[in-house]
Amino acid sequence: MTNLFVLQLLNGVQLGVLLFLISAGLTLVFGIMDVINLAHGVLYMVGAYLIATFAAATGSFWWGLLLTLPAAVVVGLVIEAVVMRRLYARSHLDQVLATFGLVMMANEAVKMIWGTSPLSVPMPEILSGSVPLMGPLKYPVYRIAIIVAGLAVALGLFVMVNYTRVGMLLRAGASNRDTVSALGVDINRLFAIVFTLGATLACLAGALVAPILSVDTGMGESVLILTFVVVVIGGIGSIKGAFLGALLVAVVDTVGGVFGPILLRSVLDPSAAGQAGRVLAPMLVYILMAVILFARPAGLFGKTA
Amino acid sequence: MTDMTDATRVTAAATRPALSGRVKAALTLFVLFALMPPLASALNDPFYVLIGTRILAYAIAALALDLILGFGAMVSFGHAAYLGLGTYAVAILSGFGINDLLVQILAATAMSAVFAAVTGAISLRTRGVYFIMITLAFGQMAFFFFISLSAYGGDDGVALASRSTLLGMEVLKTDFGLYYTTLVMLIGLFFLCHRITKSRFGRVLTGIRENPTRMEAIGFAPFRYQLTAFVISGCITAMAGVVLANQAQFVSPAFMSWHKSGELIVMVVLGGPGTLAGPIAGAVAALLLEEWLGALSEHWKLFFGLFLVLMVLFSPNGITGLLKKLGFGEKQK
Repeated sequence: MTNLFVLQLLNGVQLGVLLFLISAGLTLVFGIMDVINLAHGVLYMVGAYLIATFAAATGSFWWGLLLTLPAAVVVGLVIEAVVMRRLYARSHLDQVLATFGLVMMANEAVKMIWGTSPLSVPMPEILSGSVPLMGPLKYPVYRIAIIVAGLAVALGLFVMVNYTRVGMLLRAGASNRDTVSALGVDINRLFAIVFTLGATLACLAGALVAPILSVDTGMGESVLILTFVVVVIGGIGSIKGAFLGALLVAVVDTVGGVFGPILLRSVLDPSAAGQAGRVLAPMLVYILMAVILFARPAGLFGKTA
Repeated sequence: MTDMTDATRVTAAATRPALSGRVKAALTLFVLFALMPPLASALNDPFYVLIGTRILAYAIAALALDLILGFGAMVSFGHAAYLGLGTYAVAILSGFGINDLLVQILAATAMSAVFAAVTGAISLRTRGVYFIMITLAFGQMAFFFFISLSAYGGDDGVALASRSTLLGMEVLKTDFGLYYTTLVMLIGLFFLCHRITKSRFGRVLTGIRENPTRMEAIGFAPFRYQLTAFVISGCITAMAGVVLANQAQFVSPAFMSWHKSGELIVMVVLGGPGTLAGPIAGAVAALLLEEWLGALSEHWKLFFGLFLVLMVLFSPNGITGLLKKLGFGEKQK
């Protein structure tokens, strides 16, 4: 039982780290630009497809990753310049519609380019296999690598946001856009940087997860909604909130999915518990969100409106 | 509910002699809808009647969404959940041998009212981007609930053995019967929504849309009005779901996917939010565009998405703005 718990906890942390990479960009885009971007999940999907292509072409995961990152920056810059830039001053409804259109286009384009059958990405040789943790418990090296890489990026973001000039502008932009602009900062350039940074992080998350998932067109969608939950729970514009929110959501989702039914079995008879558990497990995250919002409408670290 | 009795009195006092342009537009649409099935059978293509029923059902849903999106500025991105609740009300009741349309509508409305009241109460504590994302998340919650509900086929859904009856009569058995029943529902619901928006309640709702602080200052609690509108809208959307279950004779979580919620918003915006007749036309336009693009290419979603992006980028006020620019449509204050 303890082993299972530790295993699920680690899986939860691994998912949480990925969710954080995706949410960080989204929360900044929301917080600084006040733009709702439904196409953020698409970027995660594109990251996975890019690494699948580059890894297949070069025969190496590492070259694939190295090529995916600049490609992600290009994708981010292009989407920002062609579509997002024209949406900043528009209503949320317009932003919803345009980015919803982008989602439809991107999903269909991916199907046309890569086909409908899922792709797989080979795991790098050096990170395959698993390590013993405690007792008979083993854990895949690759998942540990994801956790380490994600935490490293989180640390890098933390340093950037808190100790660099760009970070200072980001924080200032998130709390008061107009004043930043009035003080002579080129707000359009700042927006482009923020969006491209977010897009690159989402692509990176997709690339990192590609070897342990099948890469298909639906992958961006489920993640998008979870990311929204993370951003709402953490508070819009807060990187710290996104980090804690991502870990909370992911751990509740994975651990709750396994232990919810086990807990229910102690109060209900097994068949009823099984049924109830299966139905309740996927809803746990949303119930968590509802409870947190009920107590704190602006999220854990959000500005109170 | 003393508000409502007041409301009827106010409307009665404010009865205007002539029909407004929007009601005229809606009546024109209804006449066209009524003429469609005979035309389809004259063209020897009765399949159009079934497509037409689908369009009418979505028109009901778009009308319902307009009530909160257009008149209350609440962009709900989870309205597909109510469509789905309507379809599942049909499936669940038929499991108990109950097939009457009125009972199904009653059950669908009751389920939706509870779901809308609970999720609406939480979502309405927030606004703007938060509201959009939270309604989307609750919509997905309902979606996952029905996916894991193995008693009703889970992900695969469940086929319905027969169409509903109406007071024991098999009116809906033929495609014509279903079509005209749906049309009657749409007309009735349009006038209901029209009355609601013209009532005191509707005026308060519009006032809150324009300036919530001022409305609160003169003594209206926005939350109560918004939540009531949210619940009404959810209930009407569920009725559209009941029709869709009959039209497809099949129920699955696909009706609840967030893409459906997005399409409903597209219909409302395409037709012009806050006009009631507009979203009905928007539903027709969006679904016909889908059918047409679908016939042209299997990759129709690419073009539909492109259409949405271009529409937003190049027509700042949506299709209504475009029409206004070209000299059509009513002037808004």
